[in-house]
Amino acid sequence: MLIFEKSKKGRHTAHHRSEAMGDCSDIPKHFLREEPLSLPEVSELQVVRHYTQLSQKNFSIDSHFYPLGSCTMKYNPRGIHRMASLTGFLSRHPLASLSHSQGFMAIAFDFQEMLKEITGMKGVSLTPMAGAAGEFAGVLMIKAYHHARGEDERNEMLVPDSAHGTNPASAAMCAYKVKEIPTDSQGNLDITALKKAISPKTAGIMLTNPSTLGLFEENIQRVAEIVHEAGALLYYDGANLNAILGRCRPGDMGFDVMHMNLHKTFATPHGSGGPGAGPVAVNERLLPYLPIPMVDKQNDHYHWLTEKERPHTIGRLSTFMGNAGIIIRAYLYLRLLGREGLARVSEYSVLNANYLRKRLQQLGYTLAYPERRAAHEFVLTLKREAKEFGVNAMDLAKRILDFGCHAPTTYFPLSVPECWLIEPTETETKEELDHFVEVLKDLRREMKETPEIVRTAPHTLPVVRLDDVKAARELDVVYEWAH
Amino acid sequence: MNRVPAELRYTQTHEWVRVEDDGTVVIGITDHAQAQLGELVFADLPDVGVKVNASDEVCVIESVKAASDVYSPLSGKILEVNEDLEESPSLVNSDPYGDGWLYKMDPADPDELSELLDADDYSHYMEEDED
Amino acid sequence: MPFIPHTQDDIRLMLETIGLSSTDQLFAEIPPSLQHSDWSRLAPAVNEMSLQRQMQDRAKQDEIRLNFTGAGAYEHHIPAVVWEIASRGEWMTAYTPYQAEASQGTLQLLYEYQSMMAHLMAMPVSNASLYDGASSLAEAILMAIRCQSNSNIRRVLIPRSVHPFYRQVIKTIVRVQHIEILEIPFDLGKGQTLVEQLSLYSDQQLAALVIPQPNFFGTLEAVDDLTDWAHQQGALVVGVVNPMSMALLKPPGQWGKQGADIVCGEGQPLGVPLASGGPYFGFLCCQKKLIRQLPGRLVGRTRDRNGKEGFTLTLQAREQHIRRSKATSNICTNQGLLVIAATLYLSLLGAEGLKQVAIASHTRTRQLLEALRAIPGITVVFDSPFFHEGVIHLPLPVKSVCAQLQAEGIEPGFSLTDHYPELGECFLVCATETKTAVDIQVFSAALQKILAKGVAC
Repeated sequence: MLIFEKSKKGRHTAHHRSEAMGDCSDIPKHFLREEPLSLPEVSELQVVRHYTQLSQKNFSIDSHFYPLGSCTMKYNPRGIHRMASLTGFLSRHPLASLSHSQGFMAIAFDFQEMLKEITGMKGVSLTPMAGAAGEFAGVLMIKAYHHARGEDERNEMLVPDSAHGTNPASAAMCAYKVKEIPTDSQGNLDITALKKAISPKTAGIMLTNPSTLGLFEENIQRVAEIVHEAGALLYYDGANLNAILGRCRPGDMGFDVMHMNLHKTFATPHGSGGPGAGPVAVNERLLPYLPIPMVDKQNDHYHWLTEKERPHTIGRLSTFMGNAGIIIRAYLYLRLLGREGLARVSEYSVLNANYLRKRLQQLGYTLAYPERRAAHEFVLTLKREAKEFGVNAMDLAKRILDFGCHAPTTYFPLSVPECWLIEPTETETKEELDHFVEVLKDLRREMKETPEIVRTAPHTLPVVRLDDVKAARELDVVYEWAH
Repeated sequence: MNRVPAELRYTQTHEWVRVEDDGTVVIGITDHAQAQLGELVFADLPDVGVKVNASDEVCVIESVKAASDVYSPLSGKILEVNEDLEESPSLVNSDPYGDGWLYKMDPADPDELSELLDADDYSHYMEEDED
Repeated sequence: MPFIPHTQDDIRLMLETIGLSSTDQLFAEIPPSLQHSDWSRLAPAVNEMSLQRQMQDRAKQDEIRLNFTGAGAYEHHIPAVVWEIASRGEWMTAYTPYQAEASQGTLQLLYEYQSMMAHLMAMPVSNASLYDGASSLAEAILMAIRCQSNSNIRRVLIPRSVHPFYRQVIKTIVRVQHIEILEIPFDLGKGQTLVEQLSLYSDQQLAALVIPQPNFFGTLEAVDDLTDWAHQQGALVVGVVNPMSMALLKPPGQWGKQGADIVCGEGQPLGVPLASGGPYFGFLCCQKKLIRQLPGRLVGRTRDRNGKEGFTLTLQAREQHIRRSKATSNICTNQGLLVIAATLYLSLLGAEGLKQVAIASHTRTRQLLEALRAIPGITVVFDSPFFHEGVIHLPLPVKSVCAQLQAEGIEPGFSLTDHYPELGECFLVCATETKTAVDIQVFSAALQKILAKGVAC
């Protein structure tokens, strides 16, 4: 039932919250709203109960194992949420004077410095509000760099076929033509194809490492050489650093620019689809172009860097300075980890991924790249199962839900047919992984013996399989009130 | 197995062309293409009167899981679009070579037609594509 | 080990299964020359207790007595229920609802949010959120250009009365796509964009006109005339509005003869704390015929195989994960949790409660402007209808006066000297329902004292 359907006319319940006072008689009538405003009229208890009950229809990290590949659904420490919710942080106006901002600015500055160290880069800007916004900022910096050198003819961006959709979309938003580079049989970027594709028109290449296939790009230094020799730059999609945290740094691999998703590696909550944050880091040559505002420190006093101090900046990306609350949370997470905790994250996320991968292989599942070591995640292909039992990767994913686990990422990367991308993260116990293995063991039996149950899954959730075609053909995206 | 009517011409991007008695052509997507896309939910058709070149992206057809560009097999002027698709995009799924046609055009260059695949070539092309 | 549950036995057994003898071997594919080991420049770990102590000190540094700054972020009372419920783990630690059947909570809530936002704006469609106000305006402009793609017109008019930071963000995001942005001056006496000023651009092939309501100065724009003018030119109207004001003001769907085509803005006033500028959320609404050019996620109501009502992401073929370089936007993750807060806020307040907050905020600002106007030397700059924000002119340099007020724990407003030098020594003030008559008196008394002192010397 919708909140609107719980509404009843004449249920006045809002009065206790603020003073009902004043008037708007000074505003001429033609500016005012005549159209009645339809919002629900419900009591506070009704609101609490409605949205508590709705929340219980969700799978979440707090309630379920959530091995959604490329999303890094690790535990989000509660202490961090509490500290980030301190009054001084929540009540600070974004335009407050420097004298009322030193607390937040100290955190932002320290965090910029920490990210430089972690990435091996020379400068950091925290303002992009999500990974895709960070990609946009990074690609725009590449564009600004070539422009400053009078090389505007570089109008192509190379992207591997396994890349996340935001990569080509971000390049296109910066008015680049996108060229796809295939993956070789070992899951690495196809070097021959790269050499063929690269030209004086190439502005750069966007890579993820470990790739979206969950593999460390073994030839990364060779790729960097080829790209730099052609006068192009390397973009690192650092959506997920979980596999390399505290071990190696994109700056050392030869990357010129990168973004990081704080809601992945740095444990900030995913919030049912955001907010995230996508800080960008650059090496020396892109330093002048970083988006503003940034924070600087002089004599223990923090101040803003804006277009005045940074005339070559690509500019501003958000009204104020991005998702400050997420920046605070990620900073707190790094403080709790400390320098000794960084490598632990990669150690156990990679251990968990490789353990789970081996166990699933032993059950008879097909690994997309069996010869390779998995990073923090790995790809299975269910092509054989689809052919043999007539159940596809999505059917199987839906059936997993019935067993109380969230499904892996399905049909991504696009370059592997009928695939799952599985990322257990470092915060899961061996027992939880073993339980998931049992679930997938049952699933193998079911697809052979009772494939119909799999094809029609899920069976135990608030709804069974939804009609997506109806949703798109008979669009109903806004509730119509019966007046 | 997907149907490939013998009397039509085809492209490698899975469009078909039918030449009418009056010299105009009708264009649609093949049975194979509609099967790959799944149930269609929307077709964004070109404006009537517009001139297009062969290989131009002339319309977008959309299913739940994909959106696909349709490339004009021939150059020429758009004469008519299939307005029934607005209400029933599923016609492309149920009758791709009939009621599910996309648009009619007046071809500018008859030579272009001979560069298209015939039914045999297209069938072979699909088989190779499968591997 | 913090957050890592493995025992020594676990590790041993897991390595055995994989066929390795140490965890170092897991990283054998990383070339040794790339392995970095000196992390000494990072601090060692602290525990939750010590860190909390440090953060209490940090947070305290930023606490103030009274805030009268608005300028795009507004201090409204947030009912306790909003964040009590929004902070539930089931909301906070879920992700984008890709698996619809396991995300019916989020999906239904988003459908309710889209409905509330559409009603508030009197528009037929709302998406499920963008990042913030400025970036939503950039997306709205890109959308307008796509809607005009048949004519390939790439010129957009933006009044200078639009938030200066929004205009900066547009430069960053929009210009790279070769879209021409023309800034329209406002009337210096009225603080409004006049249709007469637009007539310069008649017959100039415009893709869109941006109309703010209220504008950055708090002044109300003549939205009906501006909308009709734009439509006569064949341009689309992009409204950028404060959602709180819409409980009171004519919503964009009703502007002029046809209504606005696209509406966007900053969602922060609806239950989101000031919090240094984010996370907030941007909203985006449009007319139905433009829906396939809408960026961002969209939730639709449908049925399951048993005929039961359910909710799912829809029209995903517009989005980057399917359409890649041809997507309507690169946006993926949006601002889900803030939308949850806004939906709770709108449900708790209802139409009547929201109108009360809007009226109380407006009344407090009116009282504040009256109190400040009474101080010798101060003028209220624009003589136009306004909503809950106004521009004050000082007889002394704004920056030094503001610094003195800040030293007393009062954030007096936003100085306009950098962004609107033509206005002279001006700043923008705002009071919301959170300010009392006493607060206003404290502010005006402090300001009067500073000015008296300043004039004396």
